[in-house]
Amino acid sequence: MTAEIISIEGLTYQYALTDKPALLDINLSVDRGEYLAIVGPCGAGKTTLALSMNGIVPHMMMGEMRGRVLVDGRDTTQGPVREMARTVGMVFDNPEFQLSQSSVLSEMALGLENIGVPREDMLQRITEALEIVGLSGFEERSPMALSGGQQQRLAIGAALVMYPQVLVLDEPTSNLDPIGKEEVFSVAARLNEEHEITIVIVEHEVEVVASYADRVIIMDGGSIVSSGGPSAVFTDVDNLRRVGVRPPQVTEIASGLAKRGCTLTTIPVTLDEAEAEFSDWA
Amino acid sequence: MMKESSELSVKPIKCRNLWHVYPGGFTALKETFLEISAGEVVGIVGQNGSGKTTLVKHFNGLLKPSSGAVLINGIDTAEESVFNLSRHAGYVFQNPNHQLFATSVLSELQFGPKNLGLPEDEILARVEETTELFQLHAIIDDHPLRLSFPLRKIVAIASIHAMHPSILILDEPTTGQDHNGAAMVRKLIQQLRSEGKTVVLVSHDMALIAEVADRVVAMWAAEVIDSGTPREIFSNSTTLKKTMLQPPQATQLSQRLHGRVLPQITLTVDETIDALAQVADT
Repeated sequence: MTAEIISIEGLTYQYALTDKPALLDINLSVDRGEYLAIVGPCGAGKTTLALSMNGIVPHMMMGEMRGRVLVDGRDTTQGPVREMARTVGMVFDNPEFQLSQSSVLSEMALGLENIGVPREDMLQRITEALEIVGLSGFEERSPMALSGGQQQRLAIGAALVMYPQVLVLDEPTSNLDPIGKEEVFSVAARLNEEHEITIVIVEHEVEVVASYADRVIIMDGGSIVSSGGPSAVFTDVDNLRRVGVRPPQVTEIASGLAKRGCTLTTIPVTLDEAEAEFSDWA
Repeated sequence: MMKESSELSVKPIKCRNLWHVYPGGFTALKETFLEISAGEVVGIVGQNGSGKTTLVKHFNGLLKPSSGAVLINGIDTAEESVFNLSRHAGYVFQNPNHQLFATSVLSELQFGPKNLGLPEDEILARVEETTELFQLHAIIDDHPLRLSFPLRKIVAIASIHAMHPSILILDEPTTGQDHNGAAMVRKLIQQLRSEGKTVVLVSHDMALIAEVADRVVAMWAAEVIDSGTPREIFSNSTTLKKTMLQPPQATQLSQRLHGRVLPQITLTVDETIDALAQVADT
């Protein structure tokens, strides 16, 4: 077993009827068990990159692709999306687009029915997944009667029953209220820590990214312009500004102070780090 | 009574014991007393389902009170059409796709003023002024649905602004925006404020609220539970606990350092830099 679960080699992708590629020569490996965040301005190629990870790009889009994407060693162009979806689960920004069934139970069962899992196994997998996303007891409820945070947790649950190795979340909280956001981020963190599921998340909220991600990549104009741990990536404030990505507020504060000549031992990227840094300023 | 009807003392928005009960019996708003003054920028915050959108939909008559009254520039909304109220209060929807329908940005901007029955030269003047204010020259002939999401949202705000309402209601203006889009929205709100507009902002974006709002109205379970300056609301642990809202990260940092390092609670990045620089100097 190799360390990489996803390996992207020289990926260039251009949608039909557009005049420039959405992705330009992307090289990226995602390690098993990693929590990877993709950050960048609108139009940077983040969603296209996310969709390439289970073959939706190129299978279900009109466009032209060069390079290749390997998921657990298999080329995504060599099998249908439903095959890849067993390894890579996807959760999109708008839960209403991916929930189609009349009850939580049938929503959870849909993917399993499609791959022919026996009924008793199905129930066991569903019970397990609902437990993880905190929706036990909601089996008979209509997905449309759930709150936004619950709907997104259901979408995650529906991906989990397939026993994926990777969960790709594309701005999963952009339509949620603060409680809903917190619910989704903590479920994703738990899946990563306790269940060793690889997380790839496209996310604008840099404060959240800084506290959860192992690695952050910054995209701009179809390319990866920076990659590294949250500390390395977010403390390069000038680079972020050029791309149009806001650093976490605590990082902005620290770098503003450094520019004014204050001496800092570290540039923090999380609230805890900032508290530690400034606590002995008294 | 005499005084209240005089031009100067008429509040743009007045809710007198406003209740709203949806068909089916769900009480979305109860016992709401709220006054908003001319030129005020007011942020309405709370979790989804707390009644924010129900409240602001009364401000241009999209919803009528089940009991109590809403006065917009002194007009009882129960007795006025949405069309006539929209001259006073413009509502910008959260999703610009629900609002934009013309085939070019230009005709989108013309639509409102035309509907108001304004003369040709006045329509022209308003379109020009709005194009300038919102910096839309480069995209004026583009199809709104071909624009990026952030720009589409700016166009949605611009098309309402062209009708020159004295009150603007913005529902989640920064949702789905990237850093540059959010910065553009922030600048626009400051500009509207300097023009003396009354702005009502429904938002989960606490950094935006902290930066632009004069006053924050906090809602929970169909009620207004607190109202005050951002500093008052973000320092009120009872309100924060009850609404489960998190102040911006800069404010959270100042709360953690308050009493030990910092003498005050800060709202924005710049304010926190100033406060900490002062500590470093002494």
